[in-house]
Amino acid sequence: MTATAPLTAKDFASDQEVRWCPGCGDYAILKTVQRTLAQLGTPRENTVFVSGIGCAARFPYYLSTYGFHTIHGRGPAIATGIKLANPELDVWLVTGDGDALSIGGNHLIHVLRRNVDIQILLFNNEIYGLTKGQYSPTSRRGTRSPSTPKGSVEAPISAAALALGAAGRFVARTVDTQQKRMPDVLNRAHAHRGASLVEILQNCIVFNDKVFSHITDKSVADERQIHLEHGKPMLFGAERNRGLRVRPGTLKVEAVTLGEDGITQDDILVHDETDRTLASILAVMEPPTLPVALGVLYCDPAPTYGESVSNQQESLAENQGLNDLLRSGRTWTVAG
Amino acid sequence: METHTAEPSPAPRETLDAVVIRFAGDSGDGMQVAGAQFTQETALFGNDLATFPDFPAEIRAPVGTTFGVSAFQIHFGVQVRTSGDAPDVLVAMNPAALKVNIGDLKLGGLMVVDQNTFTQRNLTKAGMESNPLEDNSLAPYQVIPLEISKMTLEAVKGLGLSQKDALRCKNFWTLGLMLWMYDRDREATTEWLAKKFAGRPEIAEANITALNAGHAFGETAELSSNITGYSVAKAKVEPGLYRTVTGTEALAWGLLAGARAAGLKIVFGSYPITPASPLLHNLAHLRAYGVTTFQAEDEIAAVCSAIGASYAGALGVTSSSGPGIALKTEAIGLAISTELPLVIVNAQRAGPSTGLPTKTEQSDLHQAVYGRNGDAPMPVIAASTPTDCFEVAIEAVRLATTYMTPVMLLTEGYLANAAEPWLIPDADKLPKFPVKFRTDPENFQPFARNPKTLARPWAVPGTPGLEHRIGGLEKDSVTGDISYDPDNHQHMTDARAAKINGIANDIPEQQIQCGETGGDLVLVGWGSTYGPINQAVRHARDEGHDVAHIHIRHIWPLPRNLGDLLGTFDRVLVPEMNNGQLLTLLRSSFAIPAEGLNKVSGKPFLVSEILTDIHTRLGSNS
Ligand code: SF4
Repeated sequence: MTATAPLTAKDFASDQEVRWCPGCGDYAILKTVQRTLAQLGTPRENTVFVSGIGCAARFPYYLSTYGFHTIHGRGPAIATGIKLANPELDVWLVTGDGDALSIGGNHLIHVLRRNVDIQILLFNNEIYGLTKGQYSPTSRRGTRSPSTPKGSVEAPISAAALALGAAGRFVARTVDTQQKRMPDVLNRAHAHRGASLVEILQNCIVFNDKVFSHITDKSVADERQIHLEHGKPMLFGAERNRGLRVRPGTLKVEAVTLGEDGITQDDILVHDETDRTLASILAVMEPPTLPVALGVLYCDPAPTYGESVSNQQESLAENQGLNDLLRSGRTWTVAG
Repeated sequence: METHTAEPSPAPRETLDAVVIRFAGDSGDGMQVAGAQFTQETALFGNDLATFPDFPAEIRAPVGTTFGVSAFQIHFGVQVRTSGDAPDVLVAMNPAALKVNIGDLKLGGLMVVDQNTFTQRNLTKAGMESNPLEDNSLAPYQVIPLEISKMTLEAVKGLGLSQKDALRCKNFWTLGLMLWMYDRDREATTEWLAKKFAGRPEIAEANITALNAGHAFGETAELSSNITGYSVAKAKVEPGLYRTVTGTEALAWGLLAGARAAGLKIVFGSYPITPASPLLHNLAHLRAYGVTTFQAEDEIAAVCSAIGASYAGALGVTSSSGPGIALKTEAIGLAISTELPLVIVNAQRAGPSTGLPTKTEQSDLHQAVYGRNGDAPMPVIAASTPTDCFEVAIEAVRLATTYMTPVMLLTEGYLANAAEPWLIPDADKLPKFPVKFRTDPENFQPFARNPKTLARPWAVPGTPGLEHRIGGLEKDSVTGDISYDPDNHQHMTDARAAKINGIANDIPEQQIQCGETGGDLVLVGWGSTYGPINQAVRHARDEGHDVAHIHIRHIWPLPRNLGDLLGTFDRVLVPEMNNGQLLTLLRSSFAIPAEGLNKVSGKPFLVSEILTDIHTRLGSNS
C-alpha cells in the first residue's frame, strides 16, 4: 500500500464524517494539517495522532493515519509510551485548553520537560465546548458561562508561558484561520526534535464566538498581531512602522512607532528564537498595549527523551540470556 | 558451589527440625540487613526457609521508640511453609524492640538482648516503667543478656571508626553470634560486605570484624555460660541449582520471561509507592535485557505510558499498590475498551486510603475484579509465594497477549519483601507463546475477533495498510469506528464479557492442594495465605479430621470446575486477610453458604489461628 506517488491532502482524510459544529475553527485546522502532512511526505503508516477528550480530541478520527482517542488529559502520557515503544513513529498530540491545561496539566508539563519528540497542537478556544460552554483555564477573568453566571474570577493560564516554565524547547502560536501561516509553524514544529508546543487560537462559534476577534478582526489584525521571524526586527502594523523595543533603563518591552520620538530601526528588537527570556516576554504580550506574538516564539533544541534513553540502552549489550540473569548472584547445588 | 561446613564446635550440638528467629531492633539498627544475611547463609546451608520482614512506615522514626521498631523473622528447617507463628528465639536490640515483640515469643523461648541499651533513657522512650532485665518479668523465658554494644565497640576499636559508625556494626556482631548458634557459614556475608562497602573498605572491615567477634564470642562463651549451639536438619528437596529470591525479584524476572515467551520488549511505567517500588528498581536494572522503565509523573501517566507502549507493539506493564491502582482505574477501562494487552501489578497493602503502607493485606480483590465504571471485565490472578510470583507473571503476560486484555496481577506487601529458596528453572524450557501482529491489509478490520479466543487483531502503528483509529468511545463491532448503535453496544458488552469468561477454558482445572473431595470441610484461600492454610490443614488431617485445602490462583475468571468441586464438601471456609472478599465472590458465583475467617491486623495468619478455627467449626478441641 505504500504509495509511490506523492500523497495529497485528500489522502490524509479518513472516511469518517466530520462532526464539529458548522463554522467551528477546527475545520480550518484539520484542512491545514492534512495539507501539511501531504507536504511533509511522512508515510501515513508511521504517523500517529493521539488525543484526549474534548471537541479537538475528535481530530484523529478524521485523518487516515493511525489514531488513538484516549482519555481526558492523558494524551501526553500515552504519546510518551508510544515513543518509548517505537521511537521511529511520528507522533502528534491534539489537545484543547481544558484537556491540556486543566485535567491534563501535570502530563503537559512533564512531556515538555522530558522533551519527548512529539508535536503538541493545543487548540485554545478559552471554553469547554463538548460539555456545553463552561469557562476553561484560559478563559479571561469575567467570562460568563453556565458555571460562572456572574463571570469567572480566576486568572487565566498562558499556554506558551507555561510551556516555557516547564522547560519546553519549542513554543509557537498561530490562529485557526491563518491558513497561509499555519503550515510554516507546523513544519517548524515537526522539524524540531523534541516536544514542540503549538498553541492554536481557535474560535468556538457556539459557546465562545469572537473571543479572539479583538486580535483577529481584519480591522485590528495588523496592529494587534506580530508575526515573528528569527533574526528579523520585530515590526508590525499595516505600514510595518510599529515595532518592539526595550524601554531604556527597564526590562519592559514596549510598542513604538518608527520615526516618532526619534525611534529608528536600530531601536527595534531583533527576534532571537533561542532566547528563553525574550520568549517569556513575547509569550504574555497582550492588546491593547502590545500585539499578540504569533509564529515561533522559542526554538532551542536539546537532546530528546528518546535519544537519552536509548543512549543508556545502547551502552549495554542487548538481549542477554535469561538463564544468566536467573543464575546471577549466589547459587548452590543440591546433589541428587 | 557446594556448601562449606563450619568449623566443628567443641560441644555436640542439639539437633532441631525447624527454628523461628526474629531479629528486632530500632529502624536504624540494621535488622533487615542482618535478617537478609542470615537468610542467605541459611539457604546456602541447605535449609528450607521462609521470611517475614516487618518494618515501620517511617523512614527514620525517632530512635528508641516502639513505633520505630523494625523486625525480620525467619523460619528454617527441613520443610517450611510459613514464616512461622511464635518465634523460638527473639533478638532484641533495645527495650522498645523487646516490648513490641515479647508477646509473640514462645513461652520458654530464648531471648538474646543487648543489655547496654537498657538505660533509663531508652526505657522511658519505650514507655517502660521498670527494667525488665531486673524486675523478673522475663521469668517465663530464657534470657541471655549480653553487652552487645560494648563488645562491638571493643571489637572494632583501633579501626579508625567514629563512635557512631563503630556502634552501627552491632547488627553484624549479633549476626555473627546467631550464625555460630545455628552452625552456619559467614563466607557469603563477608563477601557481601566487601562488595557493598567496596568504596569504604574501613566500614567493610569493621563489620566483618564485628561479625567474626560475635561468632567467636559464641564459641568461647559456650563453655562458660548458658549459650548453646544447635544444628538444624537440612531440607529434603529436589536436586538442582538453587538460589534465594524475594517475591519482587521473581516477579521482575517472570515478567521478563513472559515478555520473551511472547517475543516482546517490556515498557514498564510506574510511580513510586510502597510496597511496589522495588519492582521498578529491579526492572530498572534490566535494560540490557530489553526492558525500558519509565518513572512517570503520577500513577495515571504510569499506566497510560504502558497503554501507549502496548498500542505501539511492546508489552506495557505498570505497577502500584491499592491507592495508585485506584488512580489508574479510568485508564485500565480504556485498555479494556480498546482491547490492548497490559499487565497491572498490585502489591496490596493495608487500606483503605493510605492505610498501613508497609503492612500486608489482601483487600483489593474486589477492586481488581469489580472496581471500574461500566461493565469492564478483566482477568485477575494472584501469587501465593515469593517463587510463585515468577510463574504468575508469565501467566499474566500469556493471558494479556493471547486475549488482548489488561490483566491484574495481585501480590501482597508480604510477598514482595519475603524470600525463599528457589530451584532455578531452565529458561530455555519455559513455554513459548509468540505474539503474531497483524500485517496483512487484506480484509483487515480492527475489531474482527479471533473465533477461538475472541481477541481482536494487534495491529501496530508502523504497519502499512493497517492505519485505523481506536478510542474509548464505543466501537463498531467490526470496523472499530465510533458507534452509538444500541444493538452494537449490547453486542460489544457481551463480547467483552464472553472473551474474559472464555479464559476459564484456557486455564488449568482447580486442583486440591491437600485432602480429598467430599470431605467435611474445605479451606479455600488465595495469595500469601497459602502457607499457613496448608500447614493448618495438614495438621488437622494428621489429627484425623477430614479437611482439605484449595488454593485459587485464577481469581477471575474462576476455574471452570471450581463450583462443582466446592459443592462436594459439607462446609467451605475462606480464610483471607480482608473482610470477606473472595468469600462474597464465591458466594455470588456459586450460591454456596461459604463462611469466612478474616484477619486484617497487617500481619499474616498464624497456623495456630487457622487450626483453632478448624477445631471450632468441626466442634472438636484436639
Ligand atoms: S462546541 Fe465549539 S469547539 Fe466544539 S465543535 Fe462546536 S464550535 Fe467547535
